Amino acid sequence: MAAHLKKRVYEEFSKVVQLPQEEAPAKKLRLTKPSKSAALHIDLCKASNPTDALQYLLSFARSSVEAESVEGVVRILLEHYYKEQDNSVRLKIASVIGLLSKTQNFNPESILDDTLNTFNTEKSHQVLAQLLDTLLVIGTQLPESPAVRHRLIEVACKHLSDTYFGVRNKCLQLLGCLGNVDTHLNKDGHGSVPPGIVAPGGSGGIGVRDVQSVISDYFTDQDPRVRTAAIKAMLQLHERGLKIQQAIYDQACRLLCDDYEQVRSAAVQMVWVLSQLYPESIVPIPSSNEQVRLVDDSFGKISHMVSDGSWVVRVQAAKTLGNMLQVSPQFLEQTLDKKLMSDLRRKRTAHERAKELYTSGEFSSGRKWADDAPKEKVDTSAVNLIASGACGAFVHGLEDEMYEVRNAAVDALSALAQSSASFAEKCLDFLVDMFNDEIEEVRLQSIHVLRQISTNITLREDQLDTVLAVLEDSSRDIREALHELICFTNVSTKECIQLALLELLKNLTKYPTDRNSVWKCLKFLGGRHPTLVLPLVPELLSTHPYFHTPEPDMDDPAYIAVLVLVFNAAQSCPTMTALFSDHTFRHYTYLRDSLSHLVPPLRLPGRKQAPGVCGIDGSGSVESAQLFLQQSLCRVSTIHNLQDPGAQDLLNFTIRDLQRLGELQAELAGAADFSATYLRCQLLLTKALQEKLWTMAVPLCLKHNAMATAAAKQILEETYKLEFLYSGLENRQVATIHHVRLQAKALQLVLTARTRRGVEPLISVCEKFLQEVESFQRLFVIELPHLQDSFVGKLLELSPRLSACKPGELVKILQTTLRQSGFLNLQLPEQIQRASGTIIEPTGESDNPLRFTSGLVVALDIDATLEHVQDPQNTVKVQVLYPDGQSHVIQPKPGDFRSPGPHRHRLITQVYLSHSAWTEACQIEVRLLLAYSSARLCKAAWRDGTTEGLQPTDGTTEGTIPFGKPVKVFIMPKPARR
Amino acid sequence: MPEIKVTPLGAGQDVGRSCILVSIGGKNIMLDCGMHMGYNDDRRFPDFSYITQQGRLTEFLDCVIISHFHLDHCGALPYMSEMVGYDGPIYMTHPTKAICPILLEDFRKITVDKKGETNFFTSQMIKDCMKKVIPLNLHQTVQVDDELEIKAYYAGHVLGAAMVQIKVGSESVVYTGDYNMTPDRHLGAAWIDKCRPDILISESTYATTIRDSKRCRERDFLKKVHETVERGGKVLIPVFALGRAQELCILLETFWERMNMKAPIYFSTGLTEKANHYYKLFITWTNQKIRKTFVQRNMFEFKHIKAFDRSYIDNPGPMVVFATPGMLHAGLSLQIFRKWAGNEKNMIIMPGYCVQGTIGHKILNGQKKLELENRQTVIPEYEPGWSLEVKLQVEYMSFSAHADAKGIMQLIRMAEPRNMLLVHGEAKKMEFLKDKIEQEFSINCFMPANGETSTVATNPSVPVDISLNLLKREMALGGPLPDPKKPRTIWRASLRLVSPEQALKELGLSEHQLRFTCRVQLQDAHSDSDTHIRIYTHLKSVLKGYTIQHLPDGTVMVESIVIKVSSSPEEPNTKVLLLSWSYQDEDLGSFLSTLLKKGLPAALSSM
Repeated sequence: MAAHLKKRVYEEFSKVVQLPQEEAPAKKLRLTKPSKSAALHIDLCKASNPTDALQYLLSFARSSVEAESVEGVVRILLEHYYKEQDNSVRLKIASVIGLLSKTQNFNPESILDDTLNTFNTEKSHQVLAQLLDTLLVIGTQLPESPAVRHRLIEVACKHLSDTYFGVRNKCLQLLGCLGNVDTHLNKDGHGSVPPGIVAPGGSGGIGVRDVQSVISDYFTDQDPRVRTAAIKAMLQLHERGLKIQQAIYDQACRLLCDDYEQVRSAAVQMVWVLSQLYPESIVPIPSSNEQVRLVDDSFGKISHMVSDGSWVVRVQAAKTLGNMLQVSPQFLEQTLDKKLMSDLRRKRTAHERAKELYTSGEFSSGRKWADDAPKEKVDTSAVNLIASGACGAFVHGLEDEMYEVRNAAVDALSALAQSSASFAEKCLDFLVDMFNDEIEEVRLQSIHVLRQISTNITLREDQLDTVLAVLEDSSRDIREALHELICFTNVSTKECIQLALLELLKNLTKYPTDRNSVWKCLKFLGGRHPTLVLPLVPELLSTHPYFHTPEPDMDDPAYIAVLVLVFNAAQSCPTMTALFSDHTFRHYTYLRDSLSHLVPPLRLPGRKQAPGVCGIDGSGSVESAQLFLQQSLCRVSTIHNLQDPGAQDLLNFTIRDLQRLGELQAELAGAADFSATYLRCQLLLTKALQEKLWTMAVPLCLKHNAMATAAAKQILEETYKLEFLYSGLENRQVATIHHVRLQAKALQLVLTARTRRGVEPLISVCEKFLQEVESFQRLFVIELPHLQDSFVGKLLELSPRLSACKPGELVKILQTTLRQSGFLNLQLPEQIQRASGTIIEPTGESDNPLRFTSGLVVALDIDATLEHVQDPQNTVKVQVLYPDGQSHVIQPKPGDFRSPGPHRHRLITQVYLSHSAWTEACQIEVRLLLAYSSARLCKAAWRDGTTEGLQPTDGTTEGTIPFGKPVKVFIMPKPARR
Repeated sequence: MPEIKVTPLGAGQDVGRSCILVSIGGKNIMLDCGMHMGYNDDRRFPDFSYITQQGRLTEFLDCVIISHFHLDHCGALPYMSEMVGYDGPIYMTHPTKAICPILLEDFRKITVDKKGETNFFTSQMIKDCMKKVIPLNLHQTVQVDDELEIKAYYAGHVLGAAMVQIKVGSESVVYTGDYNMTPDRHLGAAWIDKCRPDILISESTYATTIRDSKRCRERDFLKKVHETVERGGKVLIPVFALGRAQELCILLETFWERMNMKAPIYFSTGLTEKANHYYKLFITWTNQKIRKTFVQRNMFEFKHIKAFDRSYIDNPGPMVVFATPGMLHAGLSLQIFRKWAGNEKNMIIMPGYCVQGTIGHKILNGQKKLELENRQTVIPEYEPGWSLEVKLQVEYMSFSAHADAKGIMQLIRMAEPRNMLLVHGEAKKMEFLKDKIEQEFSINCFMPANGETSTVATNPSVPVDISLNLLKREMALGGPLPDPKKPRTIWRASLRLVSPEQALKELGLSEHQLRFTCRVQLQDAHSDSDTHIRIYTHLKSVLKGYTIQHLPDGTVMVESIVIKVSSSPEEPNTKVLLLSWSYQDEDLGSFLSTLLKKGLPAALSSM
């Protein structure tokens, strides 16, 4: 309430301050900066009424005060404080003191005494509450001083008996933030306990008490806000690492049935904290002789709160349940238990019925009216209607009206299921039910959760059926989440496989855009269940023992889907290939080549090893590709001097090999591409250096250097790609990349020197270059030993001379070092992945132009998948290129990015297009850009602590790299009709 | 001791014609005024002669409250107000007020126009009756008169269903009407705060049932519809016009939307269209999802559900049709059923209970061949004696919106009543629930039959105004028990607590002191002054912790008690002690008198 009041005060008067006449004092304050306190003093004296004074204070609070003058200002404020009659002004003064005490480098201890003195005279409760708040601010800034803390706690205890709840709240907050278990409080010191509270142990019985018992007294305060504050203070103590005593468990449990929701909500947290502190201690069950573990007891109590009247509490309770992992299994399983009955007869739940039907071999039923007719009679005395304990907590939670509660319950289920396999098995039915929720968020969440726990479970046919029904959902997110789920699912029978395939094919026909996702899904499905697929193969490939069947269409996505399933199953089931017909083998070869990421290499009997990768042993293929990669790089590393005659050819071939390897072997695509690009840089550099222009006279070389300039530029671009497009780079590689960049820059410098006349422009360029060399040295101190023989190594040897020499000299040096420098070997890191972005939508296939009135905007839906992009929210942008050369770069909202899996992101956004009228439809280009900034890297290095004393980089380079294929979209802005 | 009396005129150990009389704090309230579907005679309506034999009800009832628009809760309203005669206020929520007349008019039409009954209420009577209605908002406290106030809580069940809290002074009764503790596709769950009523009158339709998760039911329903439509079949869903029909519509509509389905869904027009209009209007009464999304799209503005036309019956291809009435006994649903029954690809889904004798009931029990009797043939093209082969699939799916046993218990836990009273259920089932309630909450539970009165004695707290200063003073004294010596006067039974001084001042009275005096004879051979001292020291030794003074004029004062010694000259040894104390010191005074009667101990003599 006090905080609220304070806010009110701010709100009310902030309007007034905006009036122009208020500018004057503010300005004055700034002018008389050295004696700020004096100005304030004058202002406050001038104030004739409280409103004016408040305005001065408000504007004063906005300006900052230097540490040394704080104390003086506080004195002045306090002086006015004592003179002031108006409560609101005193309150504001108190809050300003609190603000001031936060000034940097100021030690608030010096104003502590003065602040404490104000308590002696203060009568207003609101001001008292604010003063306590100020003390809290001061106290939190002096955590080291036990003396201060002790004094503050004494003040808090003294005011605990205040009649105004706000004061009691603040006192409790103060105790929570500063109290210690070992500081014992003299009970007489803090006055009597408020009326209505019978302190445990009678009055005056205990002389010395600790903070916890003082706070716990207020668990029974008459004001719910104070009760809440007391619990929060206790939680604060816990957060500060103090051990809460188990004794308050009972009190906390009683608060669970409080009339006020905020109290109950806080009590749920309190009970949870205690259950985590003392999980194993034993508590008795009231009205019986039995005892349970405390964590089980509290689990039961919190479960009960899932059917609370207030949804805030329900959310809190459902969330908390997910954090109670130590609970015993029988209690856990109760949460999913709901004994059904109908007219006092025991009834089986639909889940149980489904299970029975399934085990009895018959699946679909529900034809008869009384199908779910209750069976045995229930013993009336045994039926417990109020589920004591955890009974059915999740059943309630998942059916709640508020989706917040349902979501929290699903999350909790997931957390608990991940820790207990048997619980995972049990909660399956419930999660599957959630696939039918009315809110998409909840559906999506439950699918994700099921995926997370799917390693623990095997789906039954009826469950799979329900899961697969969702494949027809019109929301792409849901379908893709489901595909992801199926990738990780274990099923039990071949019928399940058939069912899954059928539904996936149905999905494929209904939503052709899901093609890739469906194929991928089938890849995993086949790979996981080879033995289940085996008996289905003849049917799937529609082969016949005697007759030849027509050859299916190779371009049919559904047929490809079936083949993906079969081939992946065949990988670990060698007998399967015998069932293939001829055209299947042909199709295999084709698919192996065209969809190599989906079709695994197979050992085909009786076939000649096909050229290329076909013959490679299934498991060894990656290793051998790796080996090839290494060998290629080794081969290249034998080049010492790039001027060698064979060197260029070798580079050319290696680059070609690597590119091909990258296409064939998805796992190594990143590494291969990376190496190839690097080598290309080297090649370009070599070529540029080989130009004869170096020996030519300056005027002559103008014509020739076009090629070298272009090469330098391209190298620069490539280095940025190398640096930012690949993830998994280590410092070593970054150093190498920077090294190449430095070389390119040196080349540029030399070229500039040769083409341009005059020294002045050269000086600045040289200086810049030298700075870059220096920052390179700073950034990669550790890597320098590896770079000894290289361009930079040589350059650094000469470095004392460099900074002193003239530009002309420098150019000469650079020229020779460039030509002498050897080839720097590339060491590949463990894992290297190329960032990729694919625009799925728009497909660019549509011939119908998007028509809109010129001058207005049209929204274009963009759907793209991003892989291995770090921090896509900040780096990925969409570029739109109009035919007239205009280009717009659009930064998508952070909310447009979703993360369906590790290292994968999904961008679903809208870009707005607009243009003046065209005469006919034309294509625009949409592409993804990866923004980079060299500052990022430097900061990262700074954080690592590898380079101490690094200055903020001078001149960060920023730019964008296009990645992924651009997509063309037909648009047609029509002239506006008038 | 004040009492609250509850008398069900209908729905006591029974389902149908809900009508409960409550008298609380001198006020008489009628809760619901329904009709019984099972009867066509006088038993159809509650027996209002219980209230008065002749004349109007107005002077006997303070107000009538209708919980929701189902006919078994409001069907007898025009009869009561217009034919029996009642002019007082009738309270119902806004949606109920809007939809109720539609249903009443429909009911009247069937009874009068179709069945040809006379002596029934007319359209004008319905209109007149609705004029007496005062609408209620959720959580709005309505002051019926100076003392009686009512407040509505959300009850789920159907659109606009409410639970009502009736309060006179500190006595209160909560009547639940019909309610549902589990949310469904269009309505939320019932909710009430911890209002701790003296009596909670709850329905108990499903007193002995614990229901399965609604998700299973919904999923089954959708799956069946989906499968049938996929294989090109037609689905017929016979429904009552209001309530469940809307839920199923929303369910199918969202499913169609989600699954991108194209097959048409039809809804037979008429009554429904009017009602749907109100569903669109009263968005605040629906569940979270609909309330949150109606800005983008009102869920009741169906995209896939269109009005049905009779000519569509023969249309080829899959479709889903909602048609009234729900039990297949007449009308459009029967007509469609006949057309489609012969095809095994088709399906009929019965979403509710069917009365015995209806076709719905027959096919649910698995009858494969239907002989249609003459009187059932509404459609002329069929000859009497015509028989029908039932080949289509018949499914039963219970969508009911009453709280189950667990839900009832949950509500009790939410409201924390002092007594429970069960209505609207079967006696045998109530018995079970009653036992459970008494056992689990240890509160009294009643289940009166129709005409039977249950009486609950209440212990109302008397509200007292107290001046702040006095309260603070009392609080400052601390301690849980009042101190008998500090005065706490209540003057005038009506309830203001002031300090005695102020009370005296306000009343213009001077303070009277009430003093007890007592004479005690004492044999003591000392002078008067010595006796004084002796008494003083004696008391001092006995009464430790009290202020005992020896005043200069020779009296001894213990607190406010004055002790004076006098002796007659004739008998100097017989001293007469005069004790005088104010009534506040009664305890101490009487103690002293008995003490002094025992005489002074001799040991004191030598002082």
